[in-house]
Amino acid sequence: MTTIDANEAVGDVAYRINEVISIYPITPASPMGEWSDAWMAMDKPNIWNTVPDVVEMQSEAGAAGAVHGALQTGSLTTTFTASQGLLLMIPNLFKIAGELTPTVIHVAARTVATHALSIFGDHSDVMAARTTGFGMLASSSVQEAHDFTLISHAASLESSIPFIHFFDGFRTSHEIQKIERLDDDVLHAMITDDLVRRHRHRALSPDRPVIRGTAQNPDVFFQARETVNPYYDACADKTEAAMDRFAELTGRRYHPFDYHGAPDADRVIVLMGSGADATHETVDYMNGHGEKVGVIKVRLYRPFDVKRFIDSIPPSVKSIAVLDRTKEPGSAGEPLYVDCVTALHETGKQLRTVGGRYGLSSKEFTPAMVKGIFDNLALESPKNHFTVGIHDDVTHTSIDYDPSFSTEPDTVIRALFYGLGSDGTVGANKNTIKIIGGETENNAQGYFVYDSKKAGAVTVSHLRFGPDPIRSSYLVNRASFVACHQQVFLETYDMLANLDDGGTFLLNTSWSAEEVWNHLPGRVQRALIEKKAKFYIIDGYKVAHESGMGRRINTVMQVCFFAISGVLPRDEAIEKIKGAIQKTYGAKGDEIVKMNFRAVDNTLAHLHEVEIPAEATGNGNLLGVLPDSAPEFVKNVTAPIIAGKGDDLPVSAMPCDGTFPSGTTKWEKRNIALEIPVWDPEVCIQCAKCAIVCPHGVIRIKSCDPSFLEGAPATFKSIDIKDKGFAGQKYLLQVAPEDCTGCGVCVDICPAKNKKETRLKAINMAPQPPIREAEKENWEFFLTLPEVDRLALKSNTIRQQQMQQPLFEFSGACAGCGETPYLKLMSQLFGDRALIANATGCSSIYGGNLPTTPWTVNHEGRGPAWSNSLFEDNAEFGLGFRLSVDKQTEMARELVAEMAVRIGENLAKEILEAEQKDEADIHEQRQRVAALKEKLKEIDSPDAARLLDLADMLCRKSVWIVGGDGWAYDIGFGGLDHVLASGRNVNILVLDTEVYSNTGGQTSKSTPLAAVAKFSAGGKRTAKKDLGAIAMTYGNVYVASVAMGARDEHTLKAFIEAERYDGPSIIIAYSQCIAHGIDMARGMQNQKAAVQSGQWLLYRYNPERAAAGENPLQLDSRAPKLPLSEYLRMENRFKMLQKSRPADAERLWKEIQAGVNERWKKYEYLSRKEG
Amino acid sequence: MDLSTTYLGLKLRTPIVPSASPLSETLDGAKRLEDAGASAIVLSSVFEEQLAHEQLEMEHHLTHGTESYAEATSYFPDTQLGDLGPETCLDHIRKVKSAVDVPVIASLNGTTPGGWTSFATWMEQAGADAVELNLYNIPTDPDQPAEEIEKGYEEILCAVKGAVNIPVALKLGPFFTNMGHVAKRFDKAGADGLVLFNRFYQPDIDLEELEVVSNVLLSTPQAMRLPLRWIAILSGRVEADLAATSGIGHSCDVIKMLLAGAKVTQVCSVLLKAGIDHLRQLELGLVEWLEENEYESVEQMRGSMSQRNVADPAAFERAQYMKALRTFSVMV
Repeated sequence: MTTIDANEAVGDVAYRINEVISIYPITPASPMGEWSDAWMAMDKPNIWNTVPDVVEMQSEAGAAGAVHGALQTGSLTTTFTASQGLLLMIPNLFKIAGELTPTVIHVAARTVATHALSIFGDHSDVMAARTTGFGMLASSSVQEAHDFTLISHAASLESSIPFIHFFDGFRTSHEIQKIERLDDDVLHAMITDDLVRRHRHRALSPDRPVIRGTAQNPDVFFQARETVNPYYDACADKTEAAMDRFAELTGRRYHPFDYHGAPDADRVIVLMGSGADATHETVDYMNGHGEKVGVIKVRLYRPFDVKRFIDSIPPSVKSIAVLDRTKEPGSAGEPLYVDCVTALHETGKQLRTVGGRYGLSSKEFTPAMVKGIFDNLALESPKNHFTVGIHDDVTHTSIDYDPSFSTEPDTVIRALFYGLGSDGTVGANKNTIKIIGGETENNAQGYFVYDSKKAGAVTVSHLRFGPDPIRSSYLVNRASFVACHQQVFLETYDMLANLDDGGTFLLNTSWSAEEVWNHLPGRVQRALIEKKAKFYIIDGYKVAHESGMGRRINTVMQVCFFAISGVLPRDEAIEKIKGAIQKTYGAKGDEIVKMNFRAVDNTLAHLHEVEIPAEATGNGNLLGVLPDSAPEFVKNVTAPIIAGKGDDLPVSAMPCDGTFPSGTTKWEKRNIALEIPVWDPEVCIQCAKCAIVCPHGVIRIKSCDPSFLEGAPATFKSIDIKDKGFAGQKYLLQVAPEDCTGCGVCVDICPAKNKKETRLKAINMAPQPPIREAEKENWEFFLTLPEVDRLALKSNTIRQQQMQQPLFEFSGACAGCGETPYLKLMSQLFGDRALIANATGCSSIYGGNLPTTPWTVNHEGRGPAWSNSLFEDNAEFGLGFRLSVDKQTEMARELVAEMAVRIGENLAKEILEAEQKDEADIHEQRQRVAALKEKLKEIDSPDAARLLDLADMLCRKSVWIVGGDGWAYDIGFGGLDHVLASGRNVNILVLDTEVYSNTGGQTSKSTPLAAVAKFSAGGKRTAKKDLGAIAMTYGNVYVASVAMGARDEHTLKAFIEAERYDGPSIIIAYSQCIAHGIDMARGMQNQKAAVQSGQWLLYRYNPERAAAGENPLQLDSRAPKLPLSEYLRMENRFKMLQKSRPADAERLWKEIQAGVNERWKKYEYLSRKEG
Repeated sequence: MDLSTTYLGLKLRTPIVPSASPLSETLDGAKRLEDAGASAIVLSSVFEEQLAHEQLEMEHHLTHGTESYAEATSYFPDTQLGDLGPETCLDHIRKVKSAVDVPVIASLNGTTPGGWTSFATWMEQAGADAVELNLYNIPTDPDQPAEEIEKGYEEILCAVKGAVNIPVALKLGPFFTNMGHVAKRFDKAGADGLVLFNRFYQPDIDLEELEVVSNVLLSTPQAMRLPLRWIAILSGRVEADLAATSGIGHSCDVIKMLLAGAKVTQVCSVLLKAGIDHLRQLELGLVEWLEENEYESVEQMRGSMSQRNVADPAAFERAQYMKALRTFSVMV
């Protein structure tokens, strides 16, 4: 037995029975590829004793192409994907199936983006692929996913029909369960040599040449297409035969349709995926309470075997509900429903049949909902085309259910843990599950819920343990153990609502056993009393600190759980924890093991039970999340989502087209920083570096006349401004205390030192809680002060430019993010006229993931208009913005010219001749357009009305195409190249983190040689692609390579030049990332070292210089003076290779140094050439 | 000419030994040292604290930011990291030992009582012929009395002596109130050798950045005066072998140290500056001097100018002090 999640369970089998694996990262399927790559790096062989070749491609389309090619030439080949990735594979899927080529694509089924992207699970992706001719096999649990991986490959080889094997993204792919692992003998028995030989013999070979993939004409295509019918007709038989053979080998029996329930059931639910397990559990419960119900689990969805489906329905059944985890707007019904209805119709079986939708985007699907569906079926006229799990108050599709209905058996121990991402809670719980799963007879299940922020993220761990198989494919909502790992959650989460009567509540708190009760909110006190709970406390941070664990309380809280939950006898549990620590950390060094052992030993002495008084004494309810001044939408929609009550919002609350208001992060006061920066005006040299590097837009600078400061709060700081252009004014620098993440980048970059104590700078970190209220007041006062007049600012000097208002603020990016300072800078310079096309990735998540968005507006209501289309099409999407804007501008200009007399010839002339080359010009044009609009309102003509609609386009718009290196270097490169070649005026900003950051650090073609990243577990063996050099070959593209931490003025200059250039421009911006394994507070130092070592070059290639007879390339960084090895040693991504493959590291480090020297020489040569 | 000497019970061809330095960090470096005439090799120091720090740092970076966000529950591949403990250093000892014929002395800087003994034991098992305990720390706690520090060192020495069967040398700094007293104390506690003196990296101030920096300064010729004095004073007064280190750059320096009573002279900075082959020059110079002065062997001259054996023993003590004092008085 082993305790793993489905991604690992699937990867484990797929890796062992394939020879070529082509991969590409996409949530939630990425871990299957990551495991495969890691196993390859460890030289782990497959069952034929060879190490599979695992190759990352540039996109899923590329992965599918490579799969197709490898299959055609006879290798056993697979890939893993989800959602948009599967959609990108579809053209190849048709080909692979059309050529009767056996393979399996394993899909962690995920929502396809529509009105919004969602990383979570439903069947909209696999349903989009149902016409490809692939067989489709659905598994509903971790064990099934493991088993079906093998069965699907065997069935595919047997039937010649390629398969999509799918399981629910996150709910199954990321759920940890105890399963029985298939050994190699079983794999051999299922994937026989004969099957492999047959596959090989179909391969293309110049030794027995054929052609495949011809073009056919109307005369024969149709007939040829019908030739495959016998294979599809036989597929279900062959799949069932594979299932039978599997059952003989393992004892686990499956069928294309598995019925479970009362033999004489009157109502049946038909569905597939993880929801089948929740239904199974509910069916057992209901039948145990006198009802007669059943569930048909659809395993083999394609080819849909009508006879087997009909045969699986007990004769007693009167009505069935077919559930689809997808939505097909405008259809007669969702796909599985339509298939079932067709089957019933064709076989003449008369059953009352309804269809329903459930669980889109991992919406919970619970026994209560299942019961609601059975209740609906029992009605005289059950609702058809219903939804369940939401409240549809618009078209009234939803059915009612009793949320309190529960099937959870008492034999199962259920536990909930509320923690922070940074405190190690999830890791500890994963360890706990493995201990219980591995060391006891109990079954174990773990599922983890994360919020949508990358910094200060809240995690909730849902754990179950019990003697019987656990089929509860839904969150724990009744727990015998609830742990709160962060004291502050008492104010914001109603954790005890889910605690069973007599259950145990564990609180990590700095309060002692004597004082804790009086600090608890009354709501918590009352719940503890009413539920007759047991209450334990521990000062986990103190124990962790004293044990050398810093702020990771994982081991401490894990020990507490075992000590008081009673899952295992205490001593045995401690012994097993230590065993697990040795196993988990042994390879990471003695010191880590010792540190964790210390934590284990120190914990019990600090764990105290608190006697619960008879009466509650505390006050207070959950903290209100938003102030009253918030807009109505924010109060009514955003606030519940922030509060974790998004599930309660009805359909009517949601925008119907995915459009949301800007500027909402400011309402979400997260207070996640333990320390925030505090300004020392006396030391400050007013360079504004702290503001420009602030990743979260919390450091703001203004200047104002001293008179504005009358009535300022007592602790509000100001000082005479040093800039002579603003003589007589006050310089103000204010931190947003509740929005800061405490990353410390500002302090690191500050060049000013206190003359009395050099440890202090002009900005220093200080604990947030004691100054929160005062600084909050200061911040609010600061916001009331007028913004500095943009026209008075020299935007080419940082100290003045940083007084421009950021229109990107308080994002949920990682603390110390290297990307966001560039976006903020862009928003300050051009945000009030910017249109942003944002490729999917980190920037689209911290930029556009609900509940709030950091893109905001200025006092005139102007600000960036932002949208995300896809990952792969962003350059084209942004070019579309440009084409559209240009066209509308052209039309507006035509109308202005045509209506010049009526508008006023002078005004028309000024509008048409305005160059709009700088802020002042644009400001004047806006005034002219405002005047134009006033005039147009007085003119009653169709042209006037048209021009009024288009008038704003007469002011210059700035189109920005933003994305990461995964987009620019890999999946979107073709489009990016085309857009560069278009000659159109777009600005491309590549936030280059040198990995796919958002999906967890997979290799891109930007990843440097020798770096360890996912998909390059053995160190990247090829050099980073020189995207800038490629762009320069066009000659008419403005290209800049920047690193703010190395030279901020250079970055500023590049942004201004790029935007001003009337043609395509691309800025490649070095962005440090958590996936580099660095101290994020010092990320700007890494940028500096990268430039000083020559690893990253600063340059600008400006075609306008060429036009003026100058060399267009200006190399702006100096010759490398820092040995590259010193930079490499600053980053774990490089150092890791020294530990995992020292000999390779030695060789590659020399190679990368040589590459740096060579590249420097090349750029220096090019920049020295005469223009 | 018989240049041989014994040090830590090891018979050495010459008294010239490269001290712990980056030069012996690689197998190639160790071989080149032997080829250039090193009579033994002290391997670069293994710092227990550094190894622990590297483990903690690696663990921090592998876990930082993980399990916080659904799309990225980790940021690095689950790859097999090789040795994050002492194994790489121990393997180096094994490799050097099997590649060279001269004795190999392992150098250790521990931080915990268990660390000192377990690392020393592993080093012995890896084939080290002796172990040099590199007591490289600066006591900065003003509340900690000298006795406690000296006792701590003695306990480390005794623990390691009790744990291994190979000879154990102590590499000491000069900052004791009574160097002679502590030398005798460690001698009595069983030290097989005393290496005088450890040279600590000294901090500096960067006037540009107003930051404390700690860049490496190689030793200067003047640095040899301190070990010269104490070797002369201790020679014949302790049973432990005396090794001289710091500022030895020329064969004259080697000769002076031997005259003062050193069993071996350890060299480092000069090799970093002039290259490994400088070892040959040192040996050549030693031979020339011995021949010129009609000595038969190193052993014959060793200690002949120790404090006990010079005409004016006070020259190693007060005479110079008085001279300095006089100079000082004049200045005042």
